[in-house]
Amino acid sequence: MSNMQKQNGAGFNGQGEKAHGRRVGTDELKRGLAQMLKGGVIMDVVTPDQAAIAEEAGACAVMALERVPADIRAQGGVARMSDPALILSIMERVTIPVMAKCRIGHFAEARILEAIGIDYIDESEVLTPADEAHHVDKRDFAVPFVCGARNLGEALRRISEGAAMIRSKGEAGTGDVVEAVRHARAIIGEIRRLKTMRRDEMFAYAKEIQAPFQLVEETADLGRLPVVLFAAGGIATPADAALMMHLGVDGIFVGSGIFKSGDPAARARAIVEATTHFNDWKIVAEVSKNLGEPMVGINVSVMPERDRIAGRGW
Amino acid sequence: MRIGVLALQGDFIEHEHMLARLGIEAVEVRLPRELEGLDGLIMPGGESTTFGKLAVRFGLVEPLRAFAQSGRPVWGTCAGLIFLAKDVGRDQVTLGLMDVRVKRNAFGRQIDSFICDLQIVGLEDKPFPGVFIRAPIIESVGERVHTLCRLEDGTIVAARQDNLLATAFHPELTDDLRMHALFAQVCERSSPGRVAYET
Repeated sequence: MSNMQKQNGAGFNGQGEKAHGRRVGTDELKRGLAQMLKGGVIMDVVTPDQAAIAEEAGACAVMALERVPADIRAQGGVARMSDPALILSIMERVTIPVMAKCRIGHFAEARILEAIGIDYIDESEVLTPADEAHHVDKRDFAVPFVCGARNLGEALRRISEGAAMIRSKGEAGTGDVVEAVRHARAIIGEIRRLKTMRRDEMFAYAKEIQAPFQLVEETADLGRLPVVLFAAGGIATPADAALMMHLGVDGIFVGSGIFKSGDPAARARAIVEATTHFNDWKIVAEVSKNLGEPMVGINVSVMPERDRIAGRGW
Repeated sequence: MRIGVLALQGDFIEHEHMLARLGIEAVEVRLPRELEGLDGLIMPGGESTTFGKLAVRFGLVEPLRAFAQSGRPVWGTCAGLIFLAKDVGRDQVTLGLMDVRVKRNAFGRQIDSFICDLQIVGLEDKPFPGVFIRAPIIESVGERVHTLCRLEDGTIVAARQDNLLATAFHPELTDDLRMHALFAQVCERSSPGRVAYET
């Protein structure tokens, strides 16, 4: 083992061994943190104060950003990784896990986030892609990654690259849940169909959806993705969160939906409660009361094609 | 026998799968009424601050305390251990049942998470796979607390106090059923109408 690996634990090649026979950066650990987030809500925050509000509301993690997706949309320009100083100030403020985004394919941004000790990296289509052919080789990192997907093939391609958690892409920054529903239904519905296939059909199916056969077979055996699946993109109300949980996701990302609404603290708390009690409609109804104005939405069906970001990534 | 799994947030389904493999009925607990008729309770991994907020808002704190004080077995893993503890070194809602001082995120951030072999009291036949994810440690224990497992450097990562069991690691993320089987045995022995539970 090199000195670099001894000092840094995992060194620069993801998995490794520390003193006392401790194994670090394994798939089990990367996927395991996502399992700890299940049944919870991960909230976009742009300041340490917002992070504190999210934690107080019961968020199970926060996504540290300079701009929420709605502002990235409104302001245009190139959207990049956030300032590490901002991310660190958020990490210092809360005890829950902190995630941050890098651009698709931008492994240098990913290395910077890993170097500051981020808990999870979102290789995100919300930022401007840095590489139009290649995603980050996520197996090579000690820190786990979450990636967006619109269908089962895309989800399994990301997992084959080393993603330890998948989220629907949805259409971020719109407050319109329709795309998150489309993507979650696609992923979960395709798994349901896969479970009914004979093996010879699976070979053909793997080719059709451009996913590695081993992962297709593993998904069929498990009856679910081999990693945790969250909903993201356009979730703005407790009812949206309950809807996504009923479709079969393991938890919820809320981006612009909280801090672009009239009463962020109350809305954040209500979305956490609706995610836990998604099976109890009386509770979902109760927590939906008196939340003030939701974020002003953008209807995705009338949005020009060039404004859509879910198509980024491949 | 029915064992409850606190299902406010976290990896409660993994605990349910382990219990199912042992042929035990698992019951998800989100509200006080769901504690009725249970022979034991597991509090899973997840975020302990989230558990605390939701437990307060849905009136679970006192019913959970009463459940444990009735003598029925309660086991906390990782966040569940934090939620059981008397002292977590910061202002945070916990059940305050177990006489231990816990340090949260004691090993650092996610990149410091690790897996290692453990020697656990009562499971001496072979090492137990210890999965530590942003894990807490037990910094000190009160008189009534028995230490069940230490890391090589002496850090306490599992302990028992009467009917309360706590582990800083995640047996539910492994294929090793021994911790769950041990807990189920304790639940079986302490369930009403059976002989008093001996340790």
